[in-house]
Amino acid sequence: MRGVLFRGQYQGSSFFELLSVDHPQLRPGPPALAGAAVGLGGAASAAAMPGIPHGTTVLALRFADGVIVAGDRLATEGHRVASRDIQKVFATDSHSLMAIAGAAGPAIEMARMLRIELEHYEKIEGEMLEVEGKANKLAQMIRANLPAAMQGLVVIPLFAGYDVRRHVGRLWKYDVTGGRYEETEFEASGSGGLYARESIKKAWRPGLSREDALRMALQALADAADEDRATGGVDLVRGIFPLVSVCTADGVEELDSETIARIHRQQVQSAGGRAETP
Amino acid sequence: MSMPFYVSPEQLLQDKAEYARKGIARGKSIVALEYDQGIVLVTENPSRLSKIGEIYDRIAFAGVGKFSEFDQLRKIGVRFCDVRGYAYSREDVRAKALANAYSQAIGDVFTRELKPLEVEVIVAEVGDPRLAGHEENVMFRVLYDGSISDHRGTCAIGGAVEGLENYLRERYRSGLPLGEALRLGRDALVSASNGASPIEADRLEVCTLDRERVGRKFRRASADELRAILG
Repeated sequence: MRGVLFRGQYQGSSFFELLSVDHPQLRPGPPALAGAAVGLGGAASAAAMPGIPHGTTVLALRFADGVIVAGDRLATEGHRVASRDIQKVFATDSHSLMAIAGAAGPAIEMARMLRIELEHYEKIEGEMLEVEGKANKLAQMIRANLPAAMQGLVVIPLFAGYDVRRHVGRLWKYDVTGGRYEETEFEASGSGGLYARESIKKAWRPGLSREDALRMALQALADAADEDRATGGVDLVRGIFPLVSVCTADGVEELDSETIARIHRQQVQSAGGRAETP
Repeated sequence: MSMPFYVSPEQLLQDKAEYARKGIARGKSIVALEYDQGIVLVTENPSRLSKIGEIYDRIAFAGVGKFSEFDQLRKIGVRFCDVRGYAYSREDVRAKALANAYSQAIGDVFTRELKPLEVEVIVAEVGDPRLAGHEENVMFRVLYDGSISDHRGTCAIGGAVEGLENYLRERYRSGLPLGEALRLGRDALVSASNGASPIEADRLEVCTLDRERVGRKFRRASADELRAILG
C-alpha cells in the first residue's frame, strides 16, 4: 500500500511512538531544542529558571467510591505570577485523571499527549487499557522527558483512575526518571505538596464519604496556599476556585465552581468566620 | 526470455475490477442512514470482528470486503486523524480530507498493484451545530478503484448496494427517529439479501454518531440496547 495515506512505517497502537517514528517533527520536547529555546545550560534548578511558568500544588486522595484529584490555579515564573487560573487537573479519559506539577508547558503537553494516547489505543485496539496500563503509559512518557528534566523542565504528575475490575479508586505518584509508585491512601505533589500531605495525613481514614473527602482536599489546598507562596488560594475577588475532579465507577466528574464555593463557605463558617485561606 | 502477451489497459482494469467486485460481494453489505440526531450505521455481523469503527470525535468508518484490508484502512484512518488533530486542533479533523486520502490511496493500489484492494468504505461525519460551515452531516463512499462519491440521507456499500438503494429510495425520509432509521436499515439489509425473516439483534452490528453526545460522538450499541429499540 503506497500513496499519501500509506507513507507511515509505524504499525502499533501507541500514538507517542507513532509520532516518534513517522512524525518526529511533531514529537514534544526534543531535548536539544528544549534547552536552546529557553537559553539554558546544564542542570539548572527548576525554581531558579526565569520565564517558564510552574505549576504548584496538586493532590489526590481515595475515598469510599473512588478518588478525588484537586489542584490550585496559580502558575509562577520565579517570583512573579504567570497565571491565576491555570488548569492543573485533566481528565485523560472517561475513568482517569492526571494532575500536573512542574514546568507548565511540558506538563500540559504531557497531559494532552496522554489523553490522545489512551484514546488512540482504544480506537486502534477496540478496547480500553486497564488503569494500571494507563499509569504505566504515563511513566514511559515521563521517562522520555528525562533529558528535558535534566535541563530543568521537570514534570512530576499524579495519576488517578477508577479500576473498573477491582471497583476501587487508585492513584500513582512518579519521580523524574519515570519511576511509578502506587499510593493506597493519598498523595500530593508540587511546591506546596508537603503541606497538603501533612494536612490530609491528620484526617484521612479508609472509606471516607465524598463530602468529607472534598472538604479534606480543599482544606489541604488552603493549608498549602497558606504556607507556600507559589500556591494559590481561593480568590474571592476574581471568583477563582481550585479545580476538583471526582472519579468513580460512573466516570470523571469535574465539579463546578459553585459547588467548590459552597464547601469553601461552609469551611469558613465552621472556622468561626476566620477564613483559613490567605 | 519469452515476450509477455499484450493486454490492453481496458482489459486489465476490467479484470481487476471484476476481481475486486467478486471479493466484495462475498461479504455482507453495510448501510448508513441519517436520523434526527445524527447518523446510524447498520450491518449484519455475528462475529466479534467489527466492520464499523470510530475514527475521530465526529467521524466513523465502515468497511466491507476483505477484513484484513479494510481494518488496515481503518487503523490508518485513526492514525491520519489523530496526527492531524494533534498538529492542528480537534475541530480541524474532517471527513472530507480523510475520504480524499482513502480515495487516492485505494485508487493508487488499483492502478499500480497487481491485486486491487477488495474493499469499499464509508466515511461518515456527524454535523455540529456550533461549528460554522459544518452543521450538516457528511457521508462519503470510496469504492475499490478509488472512486469517491458524496451521499445524503443514506449511503450503502457491499455486494447488495443496488438492492439497498432501491429499497431505501422509496422508504427513506429525513428526520426519522433512531428506532425507525434502525429498523429501516435492518429491513433494507434483509430485503437486499433476499432474506425472509428479520435479522436478530445479536447478529446486528450497529454504531451511531450521536450529535447530542459530549466530546466523542461515536457509540457502539449493545445487543441489549438493540433488543430494547427494535422490540
